[in-house]
Amino acid sequence: MKKEEIYERLNNVFRDIFDDESIVVNENTTANDIEDWDSLEHINLIVAVEQEFGMKFNMNEVTSMKNVGEMASIILERATK
Amino acid sequence: MLYFKTKCGDNLKELSYPFDVEYLIKNKKKIRKELINKPGLIEKNIAILGGSTTSEIKNMLDIFLLNHGIKANFYESEYNQYFEDAMFGNPELDNFNPDIIYIHTSNVNIINYPSITDDEKEINNLLNSTYERFEKIWDNLFAKFNSVIIQNNFEYPYYRLMGNKEASDIHGRINFINHLNQKFYDYANKHSNFFINDINYISACYGLDKWANQFYYHMYKYAMEVPAIPFLASNLANIIKSIYGKNKKAFVLDLDNTLWGGIVGDDGVNNLKIGPEVSSGQVFLEFQNYIKEHKKLGVILNVDSKNDYENAIAGLNHPAGSLKPDDFIIIKANWEPKNLNVKAISEELNIGADSFVFVDDNPAERKIVSNYIEGIATPEIDVPENYIRIIDHNGYFELTNYTKEDLKKSELYKDNAKRSQMMSTFDNYEDYLLSLKMKAEINSFKPIYLERISQLSNKSNQFNLTTKRYSLADIENVLNDDDKIKIYGKLEDMFGDNGVISVVIGSIKNKVELHIDLWIMSCRVLKRNMEYAMLDELVKESLQKGIKTIYGYYYPTLKNKMVKDFYDLQGFELINEDEEGNKTYKLEINSNYENKNKVIEVNGK
Repeated sequence: MKKEEIYERLNNVFRDIFDDESIVVNENTTANDIEDWDSLEHINLIVAVEQEFGMKFNMNEVTSMKNVGEMASIILERATK
Repeated sequence: MLYFKTKCGDNLKELSYPFDVEYLIKNKKKIRKELINKPGLIEKNIAILGGSTTSEIKNMLDIFLLNHGIKANFYESEYNQYFEDAMFGNPELDNFNPDIIYIHTSNVNIINYPSITDDEKEINNLLNSTYERFEKIWDNLFAKFNSVIIQNNFEYPYYRLMGNKEASDIHGRINFINHLNQKFYDYANKHSNFFINDINYISACYGLDKWANQFYYHMYKYAMEVPAIPFLASNLANIIKSIYGKNKKAFVLDLDNTLWGGIVGDDGVNNLKIGPEVSSGQVFLEFQNYIKEHKKLGVILNVDSKNDYENAIAGLNHPAGSLKPDDFIIIKANWEPKNLNVKAISEELNIGADSFVFVDDNPAERKIVSNYIEGIATPEIDVPENYIRIIDHNGYFELTNYTKEDLKKSELYKDNAKRSQMMSTFDNYEDYLLSLKMKAEINSFKPIYLERISQLSNKSNQFNLTTKRYSLADIENVLNDDDKIKIYGKLEDMFGDNGVISVVIGSIKNKVELHIDLWIMSCRVLKRNMEYAMLDELVKESLQKGIKTIYGYYYPTLKNKMVKDFYDLQGFELINEDEEGNKTYKLEINSNYENKNKVIEVNGK
């Protein structure tokens, strides 16, 4: 899978979760860039991303992920769909 | 891009079991936007007191409730503050005035378990002290708020130190949890406003290992994994919608490949798959038994089948089947579109089609019915071995408080069918009414009827002048209020007892005025002149209390057009009507009042 495809699919997940059609994420996007991205929505985002790409993050990854770029690299490694 | 999937009348398919969890988690905000504008939502205040994180539970519960027509305002305790909030209160909760308090605790809130060195007495003490902590909470909340409490029981732990002995040995955690749960149930059985949310069962259905996925507890202090939350929320929403009278009431069932295997018209009765001999017959027999069991709970059974009538009856008389023609109130077996039959059944039973569960193996038939009939449930059954699970996990008939009337409902509707037959033999309607030999009991509220009265106030939509809802606790307050006139009416006739079917509540103001807060009647007894009998008794009791003027109010809703001119027909005078159609009436009364009811014997006279 290409990085571009991952970002495109991530955009859709983010737009659904935060109910905001204007969201465009890139590798530097962090929780500070999206208004509703608090710790409670974070878990929903993780679940939705996992389901979108048919993979799981482990706890260590979720706690240490710094931005969407790091998320995308893990997805690239592990996506099954 | 994900857009909305097919809509099912008022009810979103996504919110019926089996759930598309991925879709729900991603789209809950869109779903909420879609549902929040539904007409006729009732509003309730729900306080969630959590022993673990509750944020997503609240979000999911919100959309499930909206789908049932309930708009919830939420209070959410701070993380794990359920005990403090319940025992010591806080101004926000105190002012919130909850209708429902949901206590979301789970086994993470059990502080101490038995230790292997404890003796029986020590374990008993621990059990009691663990339990009493909860009992104190409930007693305290009941003393403070006029509300319903819903309490989770405990799910099993995801590991077993002693292996299988955890279940049987008093030192085992599973054993301890079973005893604790039993104590919760004992409390539930003694308190009619207290309900158990059975997460022990839900976690078992979901799969305990997945449910207890520790990632979610250690990351965000969720007591279960986030994808399990829709199952929890749906289960909880079922209890709440049942309390507010939003259960389904009837099954409308297809026959071929739904109640038996094969097509009776093509294959012949003898070749149908039904009965214990072969597996494909067993599965349908089990399904028939499951459907038949519902009759005992007062669920009404009907048939809507594309068949010649004779063939349908022949199929239902199959000796190996357990459902017989007599188990059904209305059997529509013809070649009309199924949605038209559903409408006809609704009209004949006088029950809204939105309280039907339509069961048909054919997706095309489900689609046409769900497209044309608003609010009807059309469970997506797939293969016969899944029929029961798919229907059952939707909780259409969730039982909370049941009354004797509920359990007899099927009989009542059968009696009604007989009455309609009899009516056709009379030319004069009054002669018909007299021939029914109706006897009414109309009195001030009595404690034994309070549950039924509250239920009626929550269920009646059509014959309901003000659509004011009363919880059991509200009705208890009315009973004890001397400034209220509160009467119930019970009606029986030669065909059977209809039970309590009408309620009027009025508030006395300025000593000589009675303002009617509530006037409701079950549609079961429409056109029997029971409303006149109720008015006669209301006037009688009002005169005894020195009332000179009775004020009646009509507030229009989508469902109560039937009683738009009710007070005009009762001889009241219209004194005000606003732009929204809200109407105020008055009736001056004095000792010359002449009774309007001439066909019902009231209180033995």
